[in-house]
Amino acid sequence: MKKPRILIAKPGLDGHDRGAKVVARGLADAGFEVIYTGLHQTPEQIAEAAVQEDVDAVGLSILSGAHMTLFPRVMELLREKGAENIMVFGGGIIPTDDAVELKHLGVAEIFGPGTPIAEIVSFLEGRFKG
Amino acid sequence: MNKREWRELHYDPAPLRESDFTTISGEELEPLYTPEDVEGLEYERDLNYPGCYPYTRGIHPTMYRGRLWTMRQFSGFGTAEDTNQRYKFLLERGQTGLSVAFDMPTIMGRDSDDPLAEGEVGRCGVAIDSLQDMEILFRGIPLKDITTSMTINGPAAVLLAFYLCVGEKQGASFRELGGTIQNDILKEYIAQKSWIFPPRPSMRIITDILAFCSAEVPRWNTISISGYHIREAGSTAVQELAFTLADGFAYVEAGIAAGLDVDSFAPRLSFFFNSHLDFFEEIAKFRAARRIWARHMKEKYGAKDPRSWMLRFHTQTAGCSLTAQQPENNIVRTAFEALAAVLGGTQSLHTNSLDETWALPTEKAVQIALRTQQIIAYETGVANVVDPLGGSYFLEALTERMEREAEEYFRRIEEQGGVLACIENGFFQREIADAAYRYQMEVERGKKIVVGVNRFRDPEEALDIEILKIDPQVEKKQKERLTRLRAERSASEVERALEALKEGARGDANLMPLIIDCARAYCTEGEIISALKEVFGEYREKPIF
Repeated sequence: MKKPRILIAKPGLDGHDRGAKVVARGLADAGFEVIYTGLHQTPEQIAEAAVQEDVDAVGLSILSGAHMTLFPRVMELLREKGAENIMVFGGGIIPTDDAVELKHLGVAEIFGPGTPIAEIVSFLEGRFKG
Repeated sequence: MNKREWRELHYDPAPLRESDFTTISGEELEPLYTPEDVEGLEYERDLNYPGCYPYTRGIHPTMYRGRLWTMRQFSGFGTAEDTNQRYKFLLERGQTGLSVAFDMPTIMGRDSDDPLAEGEVGRCGVAIDSLQDMEILFRGIPLKDITTSMTINGPAAVLLAFYLCVGEKQGASFRELGGTIQNDILKEYIAQKSWIFPPRPSMRIITDILAFCSAEVPRWNTISISGYHIREAGSTAVQELAFTLADGFAYVEAGIAAGLDVDSFAPRLSFFFNSHLDFFEEIAKFRAARRIWARHMKEKYGAKDPRSWMLRFHTQTAGCSLTAQQPENNIVRTAFEALAAVLGGTQSLHTNSLDETWALPTEKAVQIALRTQQIIAYETGVANVVDPLGGSYFLEALTERMEREAEEYFRRIEEQGGVLACIENGFFQREIADAAYRYQMEVERGKKIVVGVNRFRDPEEALDIEILKIDPQVEKKQKERLTRLRAERSASEVERALEALKEGARGDANLMPLIIDCARAYCTEGEIISALKEVFGEYREKPIF
């Protein structure tokens, strides 16, 4: 079976990349194919990369408070490209109320500070390996 | 009996609880430290009296008997009006200095109406687009009576220009204004990642600021050489110490290479460290930092002015040590970290708020954070005696070891061609990412305990703290203000100032006076930075994880 492909992305102007990099490495160690966009990506660049790289899921990391703009924008662009099958999940500094709203909008899961990588791995395995 | 005998006879036979007894950075520790561990230490050479070289025990003879540290809470959100109100709230409650948190567009040199600013305006700091916003930010706060620290790097020269112009409009001369710009671009490439220009033109802007301020704004701290972000990005304590001081030496070398006398600018360099949870490791780090800086400045760079030898620093407690789970526990973590900073001899301190793993802090949360400092200062008694832990066998041995390990990093950095080369080859970024991942794995395996996260969890936990909401109208309001400004100011003045700046950037003029001219003409931050980008280009990092 082909390894699930995950794009880890840093949208917007936020430079806090510790979480994104730790998660990217943890997923790679757990057997996922991981692509990391690097910093300061526009939603357009991320959606484009997700389609180009034919990924199964996109993980967005946002610590700058712009999550209510950037998550919906990436999802909208994926839909426009006919790639709504690509799952979107994420993490960062995201208040509970906002996380609930994002999940209503179709974000699969928000993993906040303190989440073990093992939890993200088992979530993704449940979706893609089961 | 000596230590080895004690160990064999008394310690080794006794059962121990399960732990590897390492610091949070993974440093091995002995069970006990004794005079044998500090045998090589010579009091006057290695420690000496406070206020005396190499300043291990503190830079002032009186330390907190003379003056307490400055209580300076990093703060900013929404519009300049919102943040101005928060500053007044903090000053009324006994804060003694200001510290500006800018939003991401401001940090990245972009205006609020830039397409890349969408969703970011006023979110993680205050939105500042022009001198006009800065005037509002400090309305009713006399700048000649307070010092202000601004966490700004890529566009530091622009925000400094705005600040100086506000002071001028309030009737204060440049010489009367005191404060700090972070202006530490090296750590941006290494850890914080909010860069604009490539490293070499960035260093030119910095040396322009050093030269300008040493002549015109003598009370200004021109670079706050920062380990904070290196640590937050996941480094160990020794890496924070070593990479930060290596950056400091790189600025000194750049200043000297630009033809400046080291004593003309070094006294205005200051530092900014993280205070993490491992209590003694942190105190040792602060003390080692002072000693290393003093020794290098005197012996390697030939500085003659004792003020060039003294490492002054600001401290912020470790944001990355705070947990989203059981957030009230963060008050306790922050208090211990703050205490370590004080016992390490900090000059100023920011204490994080309990709610910062969720959002920017509420008034209530920030008040508790400030009160934590006031309790340490006024109730615990630790400010009565200078360097009260000096002479502890453990602390002195650890201070010495951290100095040695930092020196080892300096050697490795030097071997690879210096700090810029190590940024370009990814050395720092790799070292930090490796340390961050190693720590994460230790937490996941339960080797390092985080209360409420991997032990002592509360399965029923429901978050019941208040969360600060940023008014969703902020972005719209800010964009409208910018549109009005662009319509009202003199377009020809703006164009003239920006052209002069570009001309200066192409040659070797000092850019500061030209940027101040732009500020006076109400050029926006984004316009000034764009003009410089035309000449200097932009930096891109190769993504690695």
